[in-house]
Amino acid sequence: MKFLPSLIAPWALSRFGMLGMNERNRRYIGRYNPRSLFPLVDNKRLTRTTLSSADIPMAALIGVVDQQSQVKKIASLVEGHQGFAIKPSKGSGGKGILIVTHKDGDEWVKASGGRLTVEDLKRHISNILSGLYSLGGAADVALIESLIHQAHHFDDYTVEGVPDIRVIVCRGYPVMAMVRLSTHASDGKANLHQGAVGVGIDIATGEALAAVQHGQLLENHPDTGKHLGELVIPDWEALLVMASRCYDVTGLGYLGIDIVVDRDHGPLLLELNARPGLAIQLANNAGLLPRLRRLDKLTAADTRLPPEERVRRSREWFADESVFDKTVQPGVKLAE
Amino acid sequence: MKPASTLSFYTLIVLLVLAGVSLILQRHWVYEVPLIHGETQTVWSVEALVEFEAGDQSVKVSMARPADQPGFTLLRQSGASPGYGLNFVDGPDPRAEWTIRRASGIQQLYFQVDVLESDMSQSEIITPPVLMEPDWQEPYRSAIYRLSKDAWDASSDNFSFARELIKRLTEEESPQHIQLLKRAYNGRLPNLLAEVLNNSSVHASVVYGLELEDRRRRQMLTPLLRVWDGDSSKVFRLYEIKDERPLADDEEKPLLLWEQRGAPVLDVIGGENSRIRFSMLRREESTYSALNDSLPLQSSLLNFSIHSLPVAEQAMFKTILLLPVGALVVCLLRILVGIRTSGTFMPVLIAIAFMQTSLGTGIVGFILVVAAGLVVRGYLSRLNLLLVARISAVIISVIAIISLFSVLSYKLGLTEGLKVMFFPMVILAWTIERMSILWEEEGGREVMIQGGGSLITAVLAYGAMQHPLIQHLTFNFMGVQFIVLALILLLGSYTGYRLFELHRFAVLKR
Repeated sequence: MKFLPSLIAPWALSRFGMLGMNERNRRYIGRYNPRSLFPLVDNKRLTRTTLSSADIPMAALIGVVDQQSQVKKIASLVEGHQGFAIKPSKGSGGKGILIVTHKDGDEWVKASGGRLTVEDLKRHISNILSGLYSLGGAADVALIESLIHQAHHFDDYTVEGVPDIRVIVCRGYPVMAMVRLSTHASDGKANLHQGAVGVGIDIATGEALAAVQHGQLLENHPDTGKHLGELVIPDWEALLVMASRCYDVTGLGYLGIDIVVDRDHGPLLLELNARPGLAIQLANNAGLLPRLRRLDKLTAADTRLPPEERVRRSREWFADESVFDKTVQPGVKLAE
Repeated sequence: MKPASTLSFYTLIVLLVLAGVSLILQRHWVYEVPLIHGETQTVWSVEALVEFEAGDQSVKVSMARPADQPGFTLLRQSGASPGYGLNFVDGPDPRAEWTIRRASGIQQLYFQVDVLESDMSQSEIITPPVLMEPDWQEPYRSAIYRLSKDAWDASSDNFSFARELIKRLTEEESPQHIQLLKRAYNGRLPNLLAEVLNNSSVHASVVYGLELEDRRRRQMLTPLLRVWDGDSSKVFRLYEIKDERPLADDEEKPLLLWEQRGAPVLDVIGGENSRIRFSMLRREESTYSALNDSLPLQSSLLNFSIHSLPVAEQAMFKTILLLPVGALVVCLLRILVGIRTSGTFMPVLIAIAFMQTSLGTGIVGFILVVAAGLVVRGYLSRLNLLLVARISAVIISVIAIISLFSVLSYKLGLTEGLKVMFFPMVILAWTIERMSILWEEEGGREVMIQGGGSLITAVLAYGAMQHPLIQHLTFNFMGVQFIVLALILLLGSYTGYRLFELHRFAVLKR
């Protein structure tokens, strides 16, 4: 049996309530996300103006470069800022994001330790403008945001990158959440398919439920050895309310919301995703379908309740039990 | 999807399936087209297109017509040409004659004939033509005498004499006197052979045949040699003859003799720059309907089937009608299996290219071209160009790569390599561009996954589109298209798991 890939029976998955790609596309994205609203999330500059008018906090904007002629002013633009991030407005999946932690002499230092000259910065921004990172190569603009400082809370749970919290919000109700922790394997990136650890978070409490890396359950962070079962997100309720409000602002009924917790400013919205992935179910060791079906039955009036009330209901409905301790995997090293 | 539309959706599916099934049954019962590929006989529709420039005067066009011959039985023939009088002249030398009092400008005349592949027709006796007395100049004269004597000595009768002559004239490495003749008669070898045979008092003439190959357009006639021995005669193809291989009965392509006696194929009085081109199409028909002329194809205005189109257009449609099958394969693989491909329907276009190149050559060619393209694209990406210019540069590189491979493989004697020209170059350029971006962003692994996925999809789509039964069904039964459409719509409403998800989520088993 070793040669055959392991498979699970479709009825078993169905009993588990796993949401599949086809069903997500047709039932949830197709039904709840009108195509005309997609630019709101695919264009970060637009997301930013929409969300800031609704007072949803984001990382401070240092500047926008939208013409090649402005590229040479980059040095004066970031003058006085210790760290910053350069992002393509229409990039997806974290492509084209350059993070600078501080300046050292004439050079800037990246999160990974690499050094950049002013020419490197200019080239990167120029690439963004010509559409290197945008879908279909369309012309783009570069956003320069101030650096997010990791809350001390997460210090032992991650290497290099700041962990981000993904909340799925359906019709305004938070349904499922996870934290993505970067590892050496993921090269400091919080992308699950590149080897980051996904930790499912209980909607009711903000506590860790289960953790996966490369699709396998695990107990401890592979690099720091920290027991992931102890992870708790601070300010959980405020964070959920913030996620929930994104529905009212954008009108998108099936949203993936990425939030980071800043050392000084608390939860900040990172980006929105109109096609959130399915891996969150693995990190929670639970399927989305039973929860989504419950929300399918809501009336339009239910979706217009204040966000605080929606969060209260979600926390009541979607509480889950941790699988840590119950599923100690053979071969996983426990922390000393 | 609003719930209200669910009912109308399934009604639409049912209607499509019903329409499809009834169309299929109608074709089957009324036109007697068999559903299964096997119980049929092959019918070739051949269309001749005569073109010439008329000089504002009366015009008479006389064209040779094929007759019953061993291997083929004539079923139907028809001609079309507005304003012209058309007359089929029968007799030992069947011809079609178009006449008009006044015509000017470019004229197009059509003649279509359906022939059945069968062994029913007997070879009739064809009277030999009169002997010509060739008049050769030196140094050809002595070369011909030498060739003639060698062949004569090595043969026992007229046919083996002809065979020996052909063998000597088509060999790749031939003695000097033959090389001299080949150069002088380049392209007119059949005429030379007829003259040589005539000179030895053997009746022979140049006749013209058509090599039948499905979906060919703009084909020309092949000159052949007919040699008599008493009353019997034989037709020789002028290929390089290997000693062991029997002549004339070449297995590869059936050969329809268009003109059997050495008369001119086309004779235009009152026009110039005339030429004749052929399109052909292979069809499977039941024995009954093939032999029964009571259901002519252009029977009524209500006959909207594509079988009422000219053969050249039908030949194109035969490929186009296979596209839905390819699309269905892509839908199945993406929705039910979850294979990732680069570009949604790129694999179908690659599969069509495979149909022309044959599978092995196609796969090797595809991988070589894409790999070489990625190398070139790697360099281009360092130049930091704008997208449109970069893609255009990749297209030109793909053309250069394909030309290079063609020339290289030809020089190496691999004529198969020439077939890479069939690849859709713009599509290949986009594939290379996408894969290259993928490589930069996601790494080589993802390129292998998507490239491999595309190739697997292309091979499966090729397998489906190449299958004789599927080709038979899609071309002969329009109803199949409705059923394919219904299936694709149904797949579009599938919300179950993909095969790959059963693996991805397998960790949940507990």
